[in-house]
Amino acid sequence: MASAKEVKEVLFGPIFANNPIALQILGICSALAVTSKMENTVVMCIALTLVTAFSNLFISIIRNHIPSSVRIIVQMTIIASLVIVVDQVLRAYAYSIAKELSVFVGLIITNCIVMGRAEAYAMKSPPMLSFLDGIGNGLGYSVVLLTVGFIRELFGSGSLFGYQILQLASEGGWYQPIGLLVLPPSAFFIIGGFIWVLRTFRKEQVEPKE
Amino acid sequence: MANKNESLGKTLFVVIALCLVCAVIVAGSAVGLKPIQQKNAALDMQRNVLDAAGLLTPETDVVAVFNNRVDTRLINLNTLEEVDSVDGKSATEYDPIASAKKAGLGTKLEKSEDVAGIGALENVSKVYFINDENGALETVVVYVRGYGLWGTMYGLMAVAPDMNTIKGINFYEHSETPGLGGEIQNPNWTASWQGKEIYDNGSVAIDVTKNVTDKAHDVDALSGATLTSNGVENTMQFWFSDKAYGPLFDKIRKGELN
Repeated sequence: MASAKEVKEVLFGPIFANNPIALQILGICSALAVTSKMENTVVMCIALTLVTAFSNLFISIIRNHIPSSVRIIVQMTIIASLVIVVDQVLRAYAYSIAKELSVFVGLIITNCIVMGRAEAYAMKSPPMLSFLDGIGNGLGYSVVLLTVGFIRELFGSGSLFGYQILQLASEGGWYQPIGLLVLPPSAFFIIGGFIWVLRTFRKEQVEPKE
Repeated sequence: MANKNESLGKTLFVVIALCLVCAVIVAGSAVGLKPIQQKNAALDMQRNVLDAAGLLTPETDVVAVFNNRVDTRLINLNTLEEVDSVDGKSATEYDPIASAKKAGLGTKLEKSEDVAGIGALENVSKVYFINDENGALETVVVYVRGYGLWGTMYGLMAVAPDMNTIKGINFYEHSETPGLGGEIQNPNWTASWQGKEIYDNGSVAIDVTKNVTDKAHDVDALSGATLTSNGVENTMQFWFSDKAYGPLFDKIRKGELN
């Protein structure tokens, strides 16, 4: 059984020390696309965390039986099945959000974080730790997405989770929203800023000059 | 262990077993959740209809309004007679868009008459008659669709009982460019349709144009989306013409279907 320290490292390491988006620069695509509203962002984070955790778990359980010649296909099949299940559940229980997330739920299949963790960690580690690794990386992804979503919705639309916080000038309030933040490219700037702040405090993440 | 995994038999076994397990899980979730999903889709369509008719606010109880005030009817576009069911499907279950392409339920359109680029027209159309609180006809909502820039745009048009004045338009599904053609969903633009008149002396006069001259019939086109705007215009030209809803509208106008 894994020691408590190892568990802690696997679970919380990816949040700041080894963040999948900020350090490994994986999964940027969906970080741009689904972060204009907090509600969508939260659903996307939950979906990705569950898919990563369970794909890691299942791949780890059968890791000793996967022939290496077809291992990527096996991983993809498991991930794709999980994503379809998540998509079906969303369509049944959160229809309006599923409609807005549209293709991006399906695109979790190609999210590098899921594949990356399956190949790099779950293929070599026992099931419980792999599961926690999936949760941990999902949390790391979520921290960045929620930060981006928070900034984009608050300053771009003046609301959070759909509730108006800053009164918009167009509706008689005082706040003039920043139009750029509603558009996907703004997420690039915010993620860039996030990485900058992170590396200011954690100097070891700065890449050596070439 | 490693060597044994690489054998052909083992590889085939693992792949086939995995496919079977995954197939069962995927199929199970799809079939098991289908009733709830269909209910959601139906509710979403009801919401679209009320939105087109301008009856949707965040407080609207969609199901209640629909049950009390909306009469969903199936009308054969050729005979102009009301029918109870099509192909065993009742008015609520019937899907006119899917039926257009089915043999016996739809008619293929010739290139020359297919202005909107839809390929085939359904024989029986689904029309929502919305009554006011006293039971008098208030709005008629019909399905329209047409080819835009990237794909077919699906919409609902709400028309006043004079069958001429537009009360609202709602493109609920399309694949136009977000920010340009995608603005066909913009509430400010759809609001500009309200009060426009479809016909002028019996011919379809509604026009999506960048030079608004005739205030009664011209709708300002979307900037940066000429082809989408043309698509919307073609959609109107087709659906309100005699090939599609023209005769039906005449009949409703005369009060023969109430």
